[in-house]
Amino acid sequence: MIHLEKRPQPSKFWAGVTPILAVIATMVAGGIMFWMLGKDPIEAIRTIFWDPLFHETFGPYSRPQLLVKAAPLILIAIGLSLGFRAGIWNIGAEGQYIMGAICGAGVGLAFYPSESLLIFPAMVLAGAIGGWAWAMIPGLLKVKFGTNEILVSLMLVYVAENLLASVSQGLLKNPEGMGFPGSRNFRDFPAAYNAEIIGGTGMHWGVAAAFVAVIFTYILLTRHILGFQVRLTGQAPRAARFAGVKPSVVILFCLGTSGALAGLAGLFEVSGPAGQISIDFNSGYGFTAIIVAFLGRLHPIGILLAGLLMALTYIGGELAQLMLTLPAAAIQMFQGMLLFFLLAMDVLSHYRIRFNKTAATVEG
Amino acid sequence: MRAVKTLLASAALATGLSGAAMAQDKTKVGFIYVGPIGDGGYTYEHNQARLAVEEHFGDKVETVYQESVPEGADAERAITQMALSGADLIFTTSFGFMDPTVAVAEKFPDVKFEHATGYKRAENLSTYSARFYEGRVVMGHIAGKMTKTNKIGYIAAFPIPEVIRGINATYLAAQKVNPDVEFSIIWAYTWFDPSKEADAAQALLEQGADVILQHTDSTAPQAAAEKAGNVITFGQASDMAEYKPRPRVTSIIDNWGPYYIDRVQAVMDGTWESHDVWQGIGDGMVEIGEITGLPEDLTKEAEDLRDRVGSGELHAFTGPINKQDGTPWLAEGETASDEDLLTMEFFVEGLTGEIPSN
Repeated sequence: MIHLEKRPQPSKFWAGVTPILAVIATMVAGGIMFWMLGKDPIEAIRTIFWDPLFHETFGPYSRPQLLVKAAPLILIAIGLSLGFRAGIWNIGAEGQYIMGAICGAGVGLAFYPSESLLIFPAMVLAGAIGGWAWAMIPGLLKVKFGTNEILVSLMLVYVAENLLASVSQGLLKNPEGMGFPGSRNFRDFPAAYNAEIIGGTGMHWGVAAAFVAVIFTYILLTRHILGFQVRLTGQAPRAARFAGVKPSVVILFCLGTSGALAGLAGLFEVSGPAGQISIDFNSGYGFTAIIVAFLGRLHPIGILLAGLLMALTYIGGELAQLMLTLPAAAIQMFQGMLLFFLLAMDVLSHYRIRFNKTAATVEG
Repeated sequence: MRAVKTLLASAALATGLSGAAMAQDKTKVGFIYVGPIGDGGYTYEHNQARLAVEEHFGDKVETVYQESVPEGADAERAITQMALSGADLIFTTSFGFMDPTVAVAEKFPDVKFEHATGYKRAENLSTYSARFYEGRVVMGHIAGKMTKTNKIGYIAAFPIPEVIRGINATYLAAQKVNPDVEFSIIWAYTWFDPSKEADAAQALLEQGADVILQHTDSTAPQAAAEKAGNVITFGQASDMAEYKPRPRVTSIIDNWGPYYIDRVQAVMDGTWESHDVWQGIGDGMVEIGEITGLPEDLTKEAEDLRDRVGSGELHAFTGPINKQDGTPWLAEGETASDEDLLTMEFFVEGLTGEIPSN
């Protein structure tokens, strides 16, 4: 008789091992799916996990692309993890990402075609403020009126998407674009372009910002009183109140930080890899980052690794589509499996598995 | 015995070698799709054309494709990987792939690129598009004749020149045969989203529309119209034949096959050159699907109209036409220039409502 026994404390060992188990389980289940689609499962798994890194033709191009793809995920997930630790659920990072991009790009485009060195820093600032302000809406509503931040932040994503559609066809539309929607391309505007810091490495300013965010958050959580308060609020809200933690401060800090980081991610993306504001600019980073945050166990280093892994499944998935003609939906299912197994494996860290016969009598 | 073995081995080796040599000779053609190949509309037709290329050239080509590529930063990577994989010719089949295609074309001067519906070209980057608005003339005519409520619903994707042109062409043709028609336009802000398209169709039906046109790619509006009954629709991008004979009464079919075959041949012959083409019914890039479920005389009229537009005898935009605000655009007998059509950002007189954010 298999019996689950709740652990008094979630197991640290299993919390560390389950992500790896989840990845292995995903490979097995995904392999079966690829096999059922008539593809060689070993080759498919190899194309997804190995080829982007080590294939002689694709590797040199995909390795830098891993950083490009992972940077916004990590930046957003780091911000989200702060709130998630404190039990504050910002689901609307996608909206904050869009608003950061719109505000940052707007500032840059307003100065076109200036060559001032101050333009890019001003855009970065505007991007962070845009995301922060968008996150402050659910923050203030929660603090003042006790609204649910999950609903408000999620609904604001749709508002942001409509604003994005509007500015790509109006305010920020390329005046030389023959009436088509979309802004000027930042590639043709060097002072505002988020170029690679070292050519050919994929290291643009957003990647640097992601690394900095990881380090700062690690220090914040382990060494700083605010980090302690965030953790305490999540783990023991009553104790936190007795310890003098003001819930509204934690709420505004967590939502504001995650909003600002999401806004930064949007700005770095629009001024670099994407190149322009367009109707379809956002491609779901804000939502995928939620998966990354949990895959990384809400821990800064974990999120760094999880972001890179997620980027690998994206780029490898694209390669598998191209080389093995796997349908796009199969790749999305494969990524879905990863989250599913991760959550399912949580059972191991929260429960102990017992195989004894007496279990039934204990229950009775 | 040994001799036989050697013979077999060398035969196998020879076939293997010739196989390898053949593979070298193959022209590799890549396609980047914005939607899934099973969308039953726009991407489906591009994929049909890819299959037509395969069928036409057989062993001489190898085709690859990537579906559902987002029109943002990811497109550039998808196109680059395709170029890296050894493609000789790459078709990027949606407007949003324009800047990424330009960027990749710069990096791979030996690879030929063809971008659909855009306006940026280079030595190794052509653009091609179809005059879908020619088909709208036929649809507008049928819509104007068939409506009883005089309310025509139009599901538009994005307020861009191509879509605005389609609305104007439809309205002009409808209004010619029925001066009382009113158009209700819903902007879906998507090319393919069955649930949004179904919602839009439902809203139009509730407003009393008995004809629904769509410039989005899924069959969801057809399904909504079928359920409502007594409503007619038109296939978009693909024939959408499963809704024959009603609600779908005819369709605009994008027929890319002949063009793709032509361009692949040019790459094989080494005669490929960058160009810009915009072909319509006359060239066969736009087809009018079989006309079904309509009175016989109207079917005849519609077919006649199709042939006149195809032969160039009738232009979809022939003056006198005023802009929505009443300012004159085309004088009596004047036809619109391609330049005007490509940058069209206004509604013609008689249409109500505004084009968003303009």
